[in-house]
Amino acid sequence: MDFSDSPEEAQFRLRLREWIRGNDPGLPASSTDDAYWAGQATWHQSLYDGGFFGTTWPKEIGGQALPSVYDVIVDEELAAAGAPPRPSLGYLVEGILEHGSDDIKQRFMPGIVNGRDRWCQGFSEPDAGSDLASLRTRADRDGDEYVLNGHKVWTSYSDDADWCLVLARTDHDVAKHKGISASAVPMHQRGIEQRPLPMINGITKEFGEVLFDGARVPAANMIGAAGEGWSLAMTVVSYEREPHELGFAGRYAKLVNDLTGQVRDEPSHYSTEQVRELGWAIVETEMLRTHVYRRLSDRLDGVSHGPEGSVDKLLMTWTEQAVGHAALSVGGVAAADGADTWLKVYLYSRAQSVMGGTSQIQRNLVAGRILGLPVS
Amino acid sequence: VAIVAEELGRGLADTAFLGPTLAAEIRRLARASPAASPETVALCLPMSELAVADHGHARQGALAVDARGATSALLLANTPDGQVLAQVSLPSPEIRTDLTRLAAVVGPASAVVPVCQPSGPLTSEELSRWTAMGLALTSADLVGTMRGAIDLTVDYAASRRQYGQPIGSFQAVQHLLADALVAMEGSRSIARHAAWAVDALPADAALAAAAGAKAYCARAARAVCETSIQVHGGIGNTWDCLAHVFLRRPLLSSEVLGGAGACLERVLAYHGIGDSHGLQ
Repeated sequence: MDFSDSPEEAQFRLRLREWIRGNDPGLPASSTDDAYWAGQATWHQSLYDGGFFGTTWPKEIGGQALPSVYDVIVDEELAAAGAPPRPSLGYLVEGILEHGSDDIKQRFMPGIVNGRDRWCQGFSEPDAGSDLASLRTRADRDGDEYVLNGHKVWTSYSDDADWCLVLARTDHDVAKHKGISASAVPMHQRGIEQRPLPMINGITKEFGEVLFDGARVPAANMIGAAGEGWSLAMTVVSYEREPHELGFAGRYAKLVNDLTGQVRDEPSHYSTEQVRELGWAIVETEMLRTHVYRRLSDRLDGVSHGPEGSVDKLLMTWTEQAVGHAALSVGGVAAADGADTWLKVYLYSRAQSVMGGTSQIQRNLVAGRILGLPVS
Repeated sequence: VAIVAEELGRGLADTAFLGPTLAAEIRRLARASPAASPETVALCLPMSELAVADHGHARQGALAVDARGATSALLLANTPDGQVLAQVSLPSPEIRTDLTRLAAVVGPASAVVPVCQPSGPLTSEELSRWTAMGLALTSADLVGTMRGAIDLTVDYAASRRQYGQPIGSFQAVQHLLADALVAMEGSRSIARHAAWAVDALPADAALAAAAGAKAYCARAARAVCETSIQVHGGIGNTWDCLAHVFLRRPLLSSEVLGGAGACLERVLAYHGIGDSHGLQ
């Protein structure tokens, strides 16, 4: 296995490095400040227009059909330059690519990829978290439309979104996994109420609640057939477990670089214990980077996308929480409100073992599907 | 070489491999002729570096690792021009923690003979690259040991029954084993990168990559092999069960050329954070 760049990759990396110098918008980290979200659409479009977003997706939807390693190069270079991370949309794109008709792909994909249309995801509900298939939001047919009623939660950035990928029950007479359908729902309409839900670190864009009260969606916006929503959801969450789809390895590298710089500038201010936490965060982040390369290399050798996503999600979680612990240790708890960026990074890191399937669910999947342990 | 080391670790092989490989590699770097008889390397306690001799005698107590069949061990001797390779004869090897590989004690009074080294003293860059190789090899050995321990434990959890069911069907046991697998997979990724880095990166970056891998693998291996003992229950705490052999081997492999503390220091030093913090 080779971890070095090919000549084409090296050239891409240099071109990107040059581009970042002129185009870094200087946004704060996504996990600590709502200001990131205010500038994210412009940043996404700028990355896309520069040729550095969606590089690995098919050309028909606005991508460049390059190998996955190009996304990793983008993540590494953005992190090294201190620029904001690449927007995390891969899981939506992969889900729609795999399940959407040609009509759906033509209408929706280019806007997602180039960043002109903003999307959010309406999966979880107050009573359907880990047990997602028990969701109760309903979509009832009315002529050429469906009428939506229900309550979604953890709909990140829904107040900025133009579209929401909604899972709703269209058939109440079949097994719970089989009666769910997915649709692209326009967010700018009556019948949709947004309720921000501040995270424990104070940011408000990441979590929200969306209430559908008679909102309407054209039947032609259904993605996949009626009743196929569960398999689309499983595609989406499996990609949501992959660090390279999310670009999170780059986010951690940026945080660790910043922490390292802070300690290096005034080493005598930090105790052995603080430096040790930082050391582990550096090592974990390096582990995740090399793990992403190994997975991409396996993929090139024909190893398909499967339950190992749960292993990757757990490794990503351990890394983020090690970075969080280093941030807490180096930043301390005495910083004033407004100067407590490292505390915010730490608090945000607690969500990683819950979002995209809790660590307990991932461990169940590893035990059953990879280790082949018996079910009780 | 890393792939061989991983498989030997998985199978708890008692073949001498790590010691002779490290000895041959440092001879190659020093452009010395190959060893005439089986040899290994001597490390100064607590094993994080090659032992050093002054005035023809080993400076302090040292341990020759993986010494089964070896009649001598290599170490460094200080000379006015720098550090050169030297050789020390070994007594019979004995068990030190690891039941699969033997170690020989090098007493402080042991006489040391220089090895003919036409190209002069070893540079610090050559020593860094050699240390990187040793860390990559021991990391691979740790990954193999973790794989072997997980296989053993998963088989046991599927066959051992309590409350009328295999214990591997209980979520508490499943989660322990899932964590073990995840720790092994992360270790494997960073260890493979370290093996690649030994030759592909500049010496200081290769050493940092290998030290990061070793710190990660050492911490993971102890946790995984402790999990193996736990899942085996009472029998896992007896000499009758293989689980303790899987715990003992990584305890030793971890310390060879530096465990988690020493390796974290190397990583931090590479990032410009000095060694005043004493993480060992």
